[in-house]
Amino acid sequence: MTSNAMLEVNNLVVSIADTRILNGLNLKVNKGEIHAIMGPNGSGKSTLSNVIAGKPGYIVEEGEIIYQGENILEYEPDVRARKGIFLAFQYPVELPGVRTWQFLKTSVDAIRKENGQDELKVREFDKIFEEKRKLVEMAPDLIKRSVNEGFSGGEKKRNEILQLSLLNPKLALLDETDSGLDIDALRIVSEGVNEFKNSDNAILIVTHYQRILNYINPDYVHVLVDGEIVKSGDSTLALELEEKGYEWVK
Amino acid sequence: MTSQDNVISRKTKIEDKKYKWGFDFNIESDVAPRGLNEDTVRFISAKKNEPDWMLEWRLRAFNLWLQQGEEAAPKWAEISFEDINYQDIIYYAAPKSKNDAPESLDDVDPELIESFNKLGIPLAEQKKLTGVAIDAVLDSVSVATTYKDKLEEAGVIFCPISEAVQKHPDLIKKYLGSVVPYSDNFYATLNSAVFSDGSFVYVPPGVRCPIELMTYFRINEVDTGQFERTLIIADEGSYVSYLEGCTAPMRKTHQLHAAVVELVALKDAEIKYSTLQNWYPGDKDGNGGVYNFVTKRGAARGENSKISWTQVETGSAITWKYPSVILQGDNSVGEFYSVALVNNYQQADTGTKMIHIGKNTKSTIIAKGISAGKAQNTYRGQVSIMPNADNARNFTQCDSLLIGDECGAHTVPYIEVKNPTAQMGHEATTSKVNDDQLFYLQQRGIDLEEANYMVINGFCRGIFKELPFEFAMEASQLLRVSLEGTVG
Repeated sequence: MTSNAMLEVNNLVVSIADTRILNGLNLKVNKGEIHAIMGPNGSGKSTLSNVIAGKPGYIVEEGEIIYQGENILEYEPDVRARKGIFLAFQYPVELPGVRTWQFLKTSVDAIRKENGQDELKVREFDKIFEEKRKLVEMAPDLIKRSVNEGFSGGEKKRNEILQLSLLNPKLALLDETDSGLDIDALRIVSEGVNEFKNSDNAILIVTHYQRILNYINPDYVHVLVDGEIVKSGDSTLALELEEKGYEWVK
Repeated sequence: MTSQDNVISRKTKIEDKKYKWGFDFNIESDVAPRGLNEDTVRFISAKKNEPDWMLEWRLRAFNLWLQQGEEAAPKWAEISFEDINYQDIIYYAAPKSKNDAPESLDDVDPELIESFNKLGIPLAEQKKLTGVAIDAVLDSVSVATTYKDKLEEAGVIFCPISEAVQKHPDLIKKYLGSVVPYSDNFYATLNSAVFSDGSFVYVPPGVRCPIELMTYFRINEVDTGQFERTLIIADEGSYVSYLEGCTAPMRKTHQLHAAVVELVALKDAEIKYSTLQNWYPGDKDGNGGVYNFVTKRGAARGENSKISWTQVETGSAITWKYPSVILQGDNSVGEFYSVALVNNYQQADTGTKMIHIGKNTKSTIIAKGISAGKAQNTYRGQVSIMPNADNARNFTQCDSLLIGDECGAHTVPYIEVKNPTAQMGHEATTSKVNDDQLFYLQQRGIDLEEANYMVINGFCRGIFKELPFEFAMEASQLLRVSLEGTVG
């Protein structure tokens, strides 16, 4: 009997330098579920998604992160990524001189290799890429440009969703994906996420605002304050928060 | 000058580079007695069966070198090394079976061909298919030149310089030393006295050389110096693209390489010169490695002429070279594109000189320096605008990338403007490989070493795209090998 759990975060205590950010956080996400983590600035939302992805610089003092039945804390970020964890960055970095084509092909092939698949032929890759590009309405010259270099904020976020769609991970962490997006970009990004969603994967949305949840309907909403989840509920909790503000849960 | 420093928190691990070119050729050679005196010069000249005027030119250079003494060696560069014992070097070594120059590839020792194949320099058929003509220089002697027929058809002369001395004395007399005189500097003087071989190219008026020309240099003998001399002349309205590659086996002692390259572009002519320099860099503790003291200069002599240098320097314990352009002709153009990568204890002091003499002359300098380990990397560049060079323009960009915190990068620009109409632009940046970039790539499933390579390859992309396609692929590969073990 296989477990239905995608992610279990147990009593996670995390510091950066000498400051404690997460303070014994617990969270369980099952396959097929969308969870939203909401919280005020500085509550530890982004830290949670970064630590799950394995970003260097954080000190995990206690607790464990179980992903598909395995504690992943000792794994390098690239190993976690190849196992199916994807982070859509709040601030996607620019990679001058690194062609988008080269970057995405290398990435797709690294993940395919992990799953025992052959590298994609150039033509196959180009075909899949073209589909995904249209999905997020990026310009055709994207493939030739340096990764994220000179992209607008909205283009960078759409590029993240393009990668989500191309790499088809098991667990998607969306870190403030809605911040800085206009209404059209928000629609495009949300459609991409909804298209990705199926009963075998799971999504964790980290957000300050309720706005994106009008487009992507979460099964659960958790409120994070001072590194702890202080309240959990269904999607109506997000609306209630929007109305009453974070002071209400503190 | 802008400068951005991104903090790096990763440990730097310095490991010995895997120098995969470090095998010996097993070929007996015909060597000169160790040391340098007048007899050595006469020995080399006699080996080459040279005419008197050539020997006399060599002897003039040798006498100057002797008079000046070793104190004349330039000391302004940001490099330090043990004194070179010029009497402990072997100045001439030829593969024994090649006493008589081969008439065609069929005459070349199969073992030699196999050795070059190991280096990834297929002299034979496969390379012909790709349309690159190769001259291979092993130690002191040019061993094979491919593709002669096709070049002869176009009227292009591409041969060992020793052969050109015999067959094209008028061209040699007219142009040899016309850009880099034998009195130019200590190493150029030494080279003029003892140069062994190298390539000669002449492209006649109006001819666009139909294929890329290429020379592969290899130092093989222990304690051998290599002193090649290359001369390229593009006559009016002609075009040529020339590539050179260099490797050397791993040796515990240092080897000296002091080459001279002269380019002459006449009216409306263009020369594109590309280098992949991968001499043995020494081990991780700084033992061994090639001392690379090279004088490269081009004269854009005619109106509308153009000379473009592209170099990728990853090898050598010490690199001292400044491929330069003298922009004599009105509207002439000079370009310098460079990637210099140093690791472990390597030292590079490299850059260019752009001397604007003609009107409306234009030069572009883009230099990328990458430093890792305990290595030191200096960009040294001079731009001079002479009084008659109306409306001269120069743009210079120097970018330095540091890996780890024990290496150094230095930028030393000299700018001299004697005409008020000049337009000068200079930009310089220094950065470290950014942790956020590496994490972004890793988060997409790419391992740290590959991520590091991708970021640095991206940093060099603007230079690599100046190389002919095949060479660009090779440059990327060279970069990958040179970067192994720099991040962990």
